[in-house]
Amino acid sequence: MDNNMNNYNPFSLEGKTILVTGASSGIGREVAIQCARMGAAVVITGRNQERLQEVIEQLPPEAFKGCVAADLTVPEQLDALIAALPPLDGAVLSAGNSTTLPLQFGTREKFDDMFGVNFFAPVELLRLIYKKKVLNKGASVVLVASIGGTHSFMPGNGVYGASKAALNSVMKYAAREFASRRVRVNSICPGMVDTPLIHRGTITEEQLAEDAKRYPLGRYGRPVDIAHGAIYLLSDASSWLTGHDLVIDGGFSV
Amino acid sequence: MNIQEFIGNFAAQFDDTDEALITPDTKFKQLDEWSSLTALSIIAMVDDEYDVILKGNDIINSETIQELFDIVCNYKK
Repeated sequence: MDNNMNNYNPFSLEGKTILVTGASSGIGREVAIQCARMGAAVVITGRNQERLQEVIEQLPPEAFKGCVAADLTVPEQLDALIAALPPLDGAVLSAGNSTTLPLQFGTREKFDDMFGVNFFAPVELLRLIYKKKVLNKGASVVLVASIGGTHSFMPGNGVYGASKAALNSVMKYAAREFASRRVRVNSICPGMVDTPLIHRGTITEEQLAEDAKRYPLGRYGRPVDIAHGAIYLLSDASSWLTGHDLVIDGGFSV
Repeated sequence: MNIQEFIGNFAAQFDDTDEALITPDTKFKQLDEWSSLTALSIIAMVDDEYDVILKGNDIINSETIQELFDIVCNYKK
């Protein structure tokens, strides 16, 4: 094989600087590590400095561009993050939370908490990095939504699902409006992914194992399954794709 | 906390179950109406009424309402 063929990789993130939120755990953590392996320089943020440090240690030194510990629901901390950011070629907004709560217990307070983390924080970050031109021309933004925003995939996920549906809606408007700077905005809608978020005990391990059987491909997702989707959306391979919600769910919603 | 009040709150999560069937000794997971959504409602009710976050396993591991009540009391200590 000639050398050119060996080097051919339309999914490379070489030369791109990418912000990953929620990078201290779960999907965000894996996205940061995989992006770095694909050649990106990554800036990571999350609430917990100690866990962020663990992620930094897994990155090749040349791939690490910065780390800011911040709670994105706190305006001052969001502003501090934005002020610290280098120009970006990509961003994966993965910080989020979930709750399992039957709708009759879904008070305004519960909705506010969930929307604060899953909707208002990423939308405000997206708005500001566009408005302040932190996003370079041609940058790609990936929002991590959920099939919970399009399907009632499990009982008790209405409050969570509504926040993700709202996020997906903003994604489409941003895709259309930001196209004038050739900034692309897409989302990923994962099915259940095995992260610390789903092991908080409301649903037992036995119930989770049973639920995983409902996925045609026979298992819950792994963070890397979602990270690979994010790499595609961040790379030049998806240059003509915007406003799309990429469902990665082991066939669950088919 | 008293068990009569707990039983009232517990029974409120059911629609078609005669309240008289719900006593401290009721093996609640054997009730016809019991489902995974009822379990989630019990967890949410206990959070609302008693400020206790039950785990799914607390439900799995208790057979009677008395046992579940004891678990809630235990968390309150």
